[in-house]
Amino acid sequence: MAFIGIPAGGQHETDVVIIGAGPVGLFAVFELGLLDIKAHLVDILDRPGGQCAELYPEKPIYDIPGLTVVTGQELVDRLLQQIKPFAPSFHLSQMVNSLQKLPSGKWRITTDAETVIDAAVVVIGAGGGSFVPKKPPIPGIEAYEGSSVFYAVRKMEQFRGRNILIAGGGDSALDWTLNLAPVAKKLTLVHHRDGFRAAQHSVNQMKELVAAGKMEFHIAQVKALHGEGGKLRAATLNSKEKGDYLHDCDALLPFFGLTMKLGPVADWGLNLHENLIPVDTEKFETSTPGIFAIGDINSYPGKLKLILSGFHEAALMSQAAFKIAKPGEKLRFQYTTSSSSLQKKLGVA
Amino acid sequence: MKLIVAMPDGKEHVVEGTKSWQVMEIIKHAGIPIRAECGGACACATCHVYVDAEWLDKMPPRKPEETDMLDMALEVRDTSRLSCQIIFEPELDGLRVTLAQDAL
Repeated sequence: MAFIGIPAGGQHETDVVIIGAGPVGLFAVFELGLLDIKAHLVDILDRPGGQCAELYPEKPIYDIPGLTVVTGQELVDRLLQQIKPFAPSFHLSQMVNSLQKLPSGKWRITTDAETVIDAAVVVIGAGGGSFVPKKPPIPGIEAYEGSSVFYAVRKMEQFRGRNILIAGGGDSALDWTLNLAPVAKKLTLVHHRDGFRAAQHSVNQMKELVAAGKMEFHIAQVKALHGEGGKLRAATLNSKEKGDYLHDCDALLPFFGLTMKLGPVADWGLNLHENLIPVDTEKFETSTPGIFAIGDINSYPGKLKLILSGFHEAALMSQAAFKIAKPGEKLRFQYTTSSSSLQKKLGVA
Repeated sequence: MKLIVAMPDGKEHVVEGTKSWQVMEIIKHAGIPIRAECGGACACATCHVYVDAEWLDKMPPRKPEETDMLDMALEVRDTSRLSCQIIFEPELDGLRVTLAQDAL
């Protein structure tokens, strides 16, 4: 599905910046768009869709009104199609680090990729927080992060000539095993079983490399790391047959998927209750005027963490956002069924 | 029906289980912190628990989908289960599970 990704690092101005491009953030673009409010979205994932795209793209959802069944990815694709007339800008693979109020009364958000967006309204639709890599519970692993332990591969060249240990059995583990094997001095894949949650052709290719002596595969788990000053020298692996044993390596890449962390939202001075953002149920505004929270990240009496609740919240939030983004303008309530001006915006009239 | 939920540090909660609920739901409903990020869809592995060994043969076996999803769990053992995939039935009365680190 098509979406416009904006290169990182620019300076932008818009009406509303939406933090989180999950289903609720996407639908907010629609509701805002009907009111002529422009939106930019920021998401830590490299594509829109949030949990629907990351956790359950192929799982069925049965409680979206009017759709008897839709998969997570299909829902995202349909939402992207629905908001296409409003051409929202996506700032992907970025996390919003800071939020500050400008003297003009607008908000400025800055991402970890140095993107700056000024907007009249901020909408937090961050679900369960930012998706971040799961870290294996290996004692002292933090000391090696960034120098010998990596949860993602930014540049393959960084790994040329290294003795790499990859841990995990999903598609990321297998894909990076296949990609890095040719550049590594030595590459070993370690996984707890001889079975994988990965594409069969990747598994077959990996096994061919093992058979050809071009890499090793160990059925084991990483228990400890050894080295000094952040430089990894070896890992202790543990298998049922061998128990603990030492394995020489100078880089470890654990791939165990993503988990959700609230992240910098906690530092923006908003009231928080058990990692959720309390809002009112008229506007879904937070304790700070001009900042709204919709979807799984908000809380209010009776809240249900359902996509459909988030859609409703997006619609009411948009009415309130209009008054901030377009002060003095008259807010006209219209139906898409009958309004030719709305239909024009949607490109159907 | 009782479900015993041990935390990684050994602290135990004895909770009243509801028949035919997912063990994950029972844990969550009791107010015990468990990530369970995907909400019980066998899509995230953050409701990972270790089942006490003596209960293993009374458990319904893992489905392939659960075994696959456990590839995204950390510190997987023979006793590892995703608690959203264990349905609490009368034969599991007294079951004891320990939350894995990655479920917190």
